[in-house]
Amino acid sequence: MFPPIPNPPVAPTSPGFSDKDLIRRSASSVPAPATRQTEVAKLIDVSKCIGCKACQAACIEWNDTHQAIGVNVGVYDNPADLTPEMFTLMRFSEWENPQTNNLEWLIRKDGCMHCEDPGCLKACPAPGAIVQYANGIVDFVHDNCIGCGYCVKGCPFDIPRISKVDHKAYKCTLCSDRVAVGQGPACQKACPTQAIVFGTKDEMKEWADFRIKDLKSRGFENAGLYDPPGVGGTHVMYVLHHADKPEIYANLPRNPTISPLVELWKGVGKYVGLGVMGLAAAAAVVHHLVAGANRVSPEDEANAEKLTEGRHS
Amino acid sequence: MTSDDGDRPYDVQPGDDVHPGKPVTVDRYTVGARINHWITAVSLVLLALSGLSMFHPSLFFLTVLFGGGQWTRAIHPWIGVVLFFSFAGLFIRFWKANLWRSEDNTWLRRIRDVLAGDEEKLPELGKYNAGQKFVFWGMSALIIILIGSGIVVWDEYFYPFTSIEQKRIAILVHAAAAVVIICVWIVHVYAAIWVRGTIGAMTKGRVTGGWAWRHHRKWLRELVGKRVVGKTSAS
Amino acid sequence: MTNSWTDIRNTDLVVIMGGNAAEAHPCGFKWVTEAKANRGAKLIVVDPRFNRSASVADFYAPIRQGTDIAFLLGLINYCMLNDKVQWDYVKTFTNASFLVKEGFTYRDGLFTGYDEQKRDYDRATWEYEIGPDGYAAVDETLQHPRSVWTLLKQHVAMYTPELVERICGTPRDKFLAVAQMVSECSSPTKTMTSMYALGWTQHSKGSQNIRTMAMLQLILGNIGVRGGGMNALRGHSNIQGLTDVGLLSNSLPGYMNLATDREPDLAAYMSTRGFRPLRPNQTSYWQNYRKFLVSFLKSMWGPAATAQNDFGFDWLPKLDVPNYDILRAFELMKQGKMTAYLCQGFNPLQAFPNKAKLVEGLSKLKLLVVMDPLETETARFWENHGIYNDVDTAAIQTEVIQLPTTCFAEDEGALVNSGRWLQWHWPGGTPPGEAQPDTWIMAQIHLRLKALYRTEGGAFPDPILNLHWPYKDPGLPTPEELTKEMNGYIVADVPDPADPAKKLLEAGKQVANFGQLRDDGSTACGCWIFAGSFTEAGNMMARRDNADPDDTGAYPNWSFSWPANRRILYNRASADINGKPWDPSRKLLEWDGQRWTGYDVPDIAPNAKPRDVGPFIMNAEGVGRLFARGMMRDGPFPVHYEPFESPVANVIAPKVRGNPVARVFADDFAQFADVASPEFPYAATSYRLTEHFHYWTKNNHVNAVLQPEFFVEISEELAKEKGVAKGGWVRVWSKRGSVFAKAVVTKRIKPMICDGKTIHIVGIPIHWGFVGAAKKGFPANVLTPFVGDANIETPEFKAFLVNLEASTGPASV
Repeated sequence: MFPPIPNPPVAPTSPGFSDKDLIRRSASSVPAPATRQTEVAKLIDVSKCIGCKACQAACIEWNDTHQAIGVNVGVYDNPADLTPEMFTLMRFSEWENPQTNNLEWLIRKDGCMHCEDPGCLKACPAPGAIVQYANGIVDFVHDNCIGCGYCVKGCPFDIPRISKVDHKAYKCTLCSDRVAVGQGPACQKACPTQAIVFGTKDEMKEWADFRIKDLKSRGFENAGLYDPPGVGGTHVMYVLHHADKPEIYANLPRNPTISPLVELWKGVGKYVGLGVMGLAAAAAVVHHLVAGANRVSPEDEANAEKLTEGRHS
Repeated sequence: MTSDDGDRPYDVQPGDDVHPGKPVTVDRYTVGARINHWITAVSLVLLALSGLSMFHPSLFFLTVLFGGGQWTRAIHPWIGVVLFFSFAGLFIRFWKANLWRSEDNTWLRRIRDVLAGDEEKLPELGKYNAGQKFVFWGMSALIIILIGSGIVVWDEYFYPFTSIEQKRIAILVHAAAAVVIICVWIVHVYAAIWVRGTIGAMTKGRVTGGWAWRHHRKWLRELVGKRVVGKTSAS
Repeated sequence: MTNSWTDIRNTDLVVIMGGNAAEAHPCGFKWVTEAKANRGAKLIVVDPRFNRSASVADFYAPIRQGTDIAFLLGLINYCMLNDKVQWDYVKTFTNASFLVKEGFTYRDGLFTGYDEQKRDYDRATWEYEIGPDGYAAVDETLQHPRSVWTLLKQHVAMYTPELVERICGTPRDKFLAVAQMVSECSSPTKTMTSMYALGWTQHSKGSQNIRTMAMLQLILGNIGVRGGGMNALRGHSNIQGLTDVGLLSNSLPGYMNLATDREPDLAAYMSTRGFRPLRPNQTSYWQNYRKFLVSFLKSMWGPAATAQNDFGFDWLPKLDVPNYDILRAFELMKQGKMTAYLCQGFNPLQAFPNKAKLVEGLSKLKLLVVMDPLETETARFWENHGIYNDVDTAAIQTEVIQLPTTCFAEDEGALVNSGRWLQWHWPGGTPPGEAQPDTWIMAQIHLRLKALYRTEGGAFPDPILNLHWPYKDPGLPTPEELTKEMNGYIVADVPDPADPAKKLLEAGKQVANFGQLRDDGSTACGCWIFAGSFTEAGNMMARRDNADPDDTGAYPNWSFSWPANRRILYNRASADINGKPWDPSRKLLEWDGQRWTGYDVPDIAPNAKPRDVGPFIMNAEGVGRLFARGMMRDGPFPVHYEPFESPVANVIAPKVRGNPVARVFADDFAQFADVASPEFPYAATSYRLTEHFHYWTKNNHVNAVLQPEFFVEISEELAKEKGVAKGGWVRVWSKRGSVFAKAVVTKRIKPMICDGKTIHIVGIPIHWGFVGAAKKGFPANVLTPFVGDANIETPEFKAFLVNLEASTGPASV
């Protein structure tokens, strides 16, 4: 058994999510010195997940969200998609393994991956609306959120959802409030099979190795860890029985990266854009200095008068 | 309007008129056209300010002008809608006068003279020179691009209709188009300032005869000629 | 459970069959993942559906619902034919060597003594041959033609892989793969655990389903060992406690039974309960029955229970029928013979079969009292909810009284979990509104009844007037008072026979264990198996020490495990005939030459010599029973019987319909679909989903979010055939009712070929009704047949017939 996370200390601790605990802050820079804390990670072992949705229930309870009661749309996924009130979701995929002809029911807990290089943060125009703590957690600060939805476009995993009620973006916080006082996330605490475990990123990788060995011994030769390098690795990782085919797990991206479009837009684009506009303005100023004003001369007026001479006014 | 080639009075527009005197005054824009223009202009400026506030972090402070980030985000697309319809009005008013003419090519070839203010070396021009036409058509095309791409990323109402990848393309296009339109706007505003006597066209609706002689002589001749032949306006 | 939840992590092979542990017991299922992680254990799932347990299984085999016995007898046959038997265990710890009476036979699905009219057997020949020494005759070579082993071998010989495939629809190769994995566990150093639940109990032969696996486990030597056992996963947190304290109509606490009207006095009652050992030296622990019974009677009637009045034996009810189970209760309501019903923590309108019949029964009651923490459909049965409960309210004259109770999280006490652990719990919240603990309500009813009897008299006031009621506040007995009473206490001093100046037992003290109970009235004990749970040392159930010496999974100081804080039943069988552990790496007990030592409380006298005394001390034989004698109504060996509603005739006995001794009321038989009925061509089964707990959690918003709406599951093939779209509406109907549901079309259900016929499966979850936060929907019991298991009357919810069509949904009605 993975060692359970102990109960929180009774003595008050200083919460670990003040400004000095940030390493990234959207549309702004981080006050120096931004020192890195030990990176944390949540490891979701898809091969141990029984799809009980206790994580979803715990998520609703801890975050006090109010997801509406929906309908059945012919699958076990409820609600049918992530919503501003449902930060995590079990996605069920029925996959017939062509090698064994056996059916596999792949159940993946979807939610924010807490990328090391977060596309949402990169895309966000509102200073401090998205932050990355020094332990790697990417969090939305709703006081600063303007609801533009750029994070949705920045995210390689289609995670953030904009509330129709308060027009702010919502997603899994990795229970940054719990983690800040030494607790694991609510989903991890609720998971009955320890398919969700939480700890330092190094510990999680080690634990994943142990699980992958077990899976390989059971014939899943492509078992592996999903910690995609395209986004600098993630602070939510998966153990997959078929790590060579992440897309069979409800379209988990094979090699997620921040879209080049977003990189262009929020990277070089924003400087080039400002530069071009600045150049245009500067050119105007320079031109005016060099060429001077283009004035109408008295001759012009005279010519006009001559032209209109004798005409009725 | 006649169908003669070359010198037909193609760009005399409703309300354009010449008043002999000292100095000669020329009616260039009607009250309606001016109101229309300024609604468009204000919208464009507000759009630029709100858009820029979400474009580059250093400009986020501009959101204060709109009551904060949430208001800026909410209001920007609505201003865009105003701009679109307002500009549509301008388009209907001005498109004919902005059709391309052979002299525009000559004007373009002599752009150095244009920039130097050496207008005697240029052909006589109608109501708009090629630069103004560039602004007009540029604005027209960019506004269509901006409203189109803007709707794609107007998540409050249109989120379900496109994919995220399409939204990414749209927002990049939107940003690029916005940069271009701001540059066009800079050219437009600068030109109005540089070419003295121009701003009055959009404030008072009038320019002096000398201004028209210097910059849009063909248009002036047409206006005068119209009076000679006693033709009514082209509409 | 013979073992405990925590012990499952010690296993090498988990077989989930007749249950869906990951789905219905997700918290307990963690021990399966522990076994997989720590021991490299394998998990096999055998189920009609590829379910949540299957999603994490190493091997999945499909099976048609209601054919488990054929599958399991097939496994036994495979083990016997392939020498995959733990011989030392079978020879010494089971009755394989016992000789069966002459005259016992089995033919065409029936044993000797069948009476078709009575739907019952004369079980006289289902017995051992008794030798001249008065003990059962044995043949240690097992070769005797009437040895249990020989008879079993003959009995299972027909269940070849081919027949299993024909009956169960399990492809031969899949069955053989399971058989191969299971049979490996005949090694003394490999164990298998069986995890089952309602998937086995809710059949007209539910008891025999479980028995068949128990027999297989005996043959593999897996009973009494770490990581082995028969592990019933109980469906409520305290349903184990319900049976322990004897809440079934024919039970008394501690698995004693109520007298029948043929047993008018204590002597007559005890005359059939001698439990004389059937082999020399055997413990036959039930020989203490009288001590437990008298102590129970003393706890009931205190000083009024005396030796002169048989300790109040007359005041116990006497049964005139085998039992007043719930099916019978509703039948009696329907006949107008039961007119008042006190429904405590129970929602039978959802939980028992054939909703139309239940409504009819409830409508004929004069009085219905519902005690529940939640609004239930039962309490609202008279309300018209359109198609969901289409009753004529004006025509129902039943007076309904709802008494709101506290829920488990608001009161204090012990719950008995599946592993027989009595775990104390404390209130986590304050009860809302007028809610009162069940104990308060029951005490108030009792005190008022007593006052009425006192003032007005009555036909038989004695049991009420004499009831021992020693509580500090008679209106509200505390959990501590009640559990101390169940533990038992000493009524009168008992002098030490060795030294009369000393007291062996001192009046007023709690008994330390059931070994102290006496049949002379000097001890009282409400439930003998709970003795030791609340002693002079304190409340053992409240212990929370999670130390686990040597990592055995026993956790001996966590709560209290009945009996005697024993964690694994029959644990003496974990060691061989000489008392050496079968598997040294999994040592539980060991004979050190003087006594039994080890990690668990020995399930045998601590000084009982290993070669003398058998490990199954509750059995008069001292060994486990492969041959059940006359103790099961439907046979000493299990037989494959089809469900009453079956898509195919019974291949091995075409003339036998259902379980031949299951009780069926006359009107209900008429409401069964015919065997292989073209009108009802699909084999349906009902089940639970992990998102919901029975009919409670649909009252909870979060659970309702996670599974909002009633649905049925069908294969892609059936959906195509019937033009049903994923997420579209279907109508499903049986001979008893009709429901509308959303369709979950899935690859996880596949049509099966049984006896050459394609059988489509329709899966029907049970959780919706017309009360609660979730969308209104239909409960599965609208469809299910009104028949129960032949031995204990658990309804046949798992196998019945329906028809199905695409529909536009309930709005169109």
